Amino acid sequence: MASKISGGAVLRAAARIIVLLFFLFPIFWVFLMSFQTNQQILRIPPSIFFTPTLENYTALFSGRLQTASGSLDIAFIKNLLNSIILSSCSVLIALILGVPAAYAFARFKFRLGENIAFTLLSFRFAPPLLVLVPLVAYFQMIGLSDTYIGLIWVYQLICLPLILWIVRGYFEDISPDIEHAYRVDGHSWAKTFFKIAIPLARPGIAAAALLSFIFAWNNFVFALILASADKQPVTVGALAFVTSAGIQYGIIAAAIVLSVTPTLLLALYAQRYLVEGLSLGAVKG
Amino acid sequence: MTRLEIRNLSKSFGSLRLFHDVGFAVAAGETLALAGPSGGGKTILLRLIAGIMEPDEGSILIDGKDVGGVGPEARDVGVAFQNFALYPHMTAFENIASPLRARGTETARVKERVTEVAALLKIDHVLENQPRELSNGQKQRTALARALIRRPKVLLLDDPLRNVDAKLRYEMRLELPRLLAVADCAAIYVTQDYREAMGLGDLVGILRAGRFEQIAPPAEIYTRPRSVEIARLFGDPTINLLPCRPERTAEGLQVEIFGRPMPLPLHFAAAEGRDCLIGVRPEHVSVGLQNGPGSLPFELNAVTPLNVRAVLFLRDAAGTELLATCPEDDALAFGRGHHRVFVTIDTSRALLFDRENGQTLALPAAAQPLAA
Repeated sequence: MASKISGGAVLRAAARIIVLLFFLFPIFWVFLMSFQTNQQILRIPPSIFFTPTLENYTALFSGRLQTASGSLDIAFIKNLLNSIILSSCSVLIALILGVPAAYAFARFKFRLGENIAFTLLSFRFAPPLLVLVPLVAYFQMIGLSDTYIGLIWVYQLICLPLILWIVRGYFEDISPDIEHAYRVDGHSWAKTFFKIAIPLARPGIAAAALLSFIFAWNNFVFALILASADKQPVTVGALAFVTSAGIQYGIIAAAIVLSVTPTLLLALYAQRYLVEGLSLGAVKG
Repeated sequence: MTRLEIRNLSKSFGSLRLFHDVGFAVAAGETLALAGPSGGGKTILLRLIAGIMEPDEGSILIDGKDVGGVGPEARDVGVAFQNFALYPHMTAFENIASPLRARGTETARVKERVTEVAALLKIDHVLENQPRELSNGQKQRTALARALIRRPKVLLLDDPLRNVDAKLRYEMRLELPRLLAVADCAAIYVTQDYREAMGLGDLVGILRAGRFEQIAPPAEIYTRPRSVEIARLFGDPTINLLPCRPERTAEGLQVEIFGRPMPLPLHFAAAEGRDCLIGVRPEHVSVGLQNGPGSLPFELNAVTPLNVRAVLFLRDAAGTELLATCPEDDALAFGRGHHRVFVTIDTSRALLFDRENGQTLALPAAAQPLAA
């Protein structure tokens, strides 16, 4: 039984394997590291054969870290909760503000419309460090530093432009005639927005929400400067594992595995909305 | 009773004036077929009536009430969009039911009405399908059903047969007049197909260069076209147009075509001495094998049978071409191939157009019966 496999197919498969190895091997290695002690990780040469230990995870969940120089308090679970609160609230608010704004930019021509949209996008150009120092000053003045609200507000710089620009493109792709038809049927403007525009742009909204969630989740510098210990997300919290007794590689690996999990689950969940009928076949020609 | 009235409507986009000072009226149960080249503003006119756009000037009256500033949801207008504009995330049933849902019709009644309309349009077997699962013909019928279901006062059909195949277009052309009669609304039917306009409209309006060149019943458009363009567009095969210059002679008003003077009716007196185009419908050209008084020698180049009529393609010694029609049975006598025939032209039913601007110079005093 000779199955015919062309040379091109073999090459493509090989290329795919190389790319997957390149991107997935580090994650796999981190996953293995999270079940090893620091000594096992640092031995030379490294080996993938070891007796797994759960001590990294128990340390993270119990909040007590035993090191050579004594025991240390860590607030990793608190940090994880902070990340979840900050990222999901930021995305939620960015969606509430950004989706109607995206619709307005897509459907209506108004004075300075393009300029406003571009200004919002330009928030993504500027390095955060540029605005950080004045922000700290302002936030201390108005009492917003070290609050969830203050951080969520600053996170809008990350989430809002993304949602606005991605969702706008999706709204522009919906034939206005579909909305006109719904209006002519006797439905109000608001109902048309919620029953036609939003459902049809749902793949775009899902993509934009997921992306901005990831960006917010991975943010480091805003949270580092503007939040104190009990408001810090995982990205900043992981700094605590660089201790006076050395870098706790095992703990860091376990923390990475745990902090990647929520984003991964969210991405898997959002996937079905992402691929959902981009070409729904509503209009012809 | 006038259902829809348009008064002095104007609309422009920037410096582009789409139409200016347009007005017409359509009664309940009547269909106005809007024909004209694309980009002539037909679709925009429908959008203005539906309330999707607002005019710059002028007013739109539905049942005598000015609907200026009234949103599309409150105008009681049904629209079938050219691109169907179905809701892709809803089933065909929900698409059709949408206008009833907007009015809060009770569920049982909605089901009853949708089933009724779907049966009328022969789409009752696909009601549970999503638009993407429908054929183009079914999509088009679903869009039509949605426009018809709540029996709107005004029905706007934007070239609904544009995107469907030839067979379905033919079927729908036969079915649509029946559907429109049932709907009992003022209907505007936009089309680029002049035959469709003639077949479906109680009135035909030709929108060209921002104004109505003519609004009249189809028969009148045919016999008394306002311009050479309209005469050319309406008529299949097309009208014969020949340059000429009417002169007054001892025998009365005459025009020289194919090198021979022919009498012209007196109502063309105003055209005397002017450069004109004389338009002769192919059915006013009779062709025979015998030479007779007043007949001209022609060479018959081709005979095209067209259902019950045949189209004859003729050429005279100088090479000028002429189209004629005759009953298909008569055409059999001519056989095939080129040969000599004799032609008489009924100039009493000819049309005369100014060669400069294409305007019709004079019309017969009374509308003549539509040539069979």
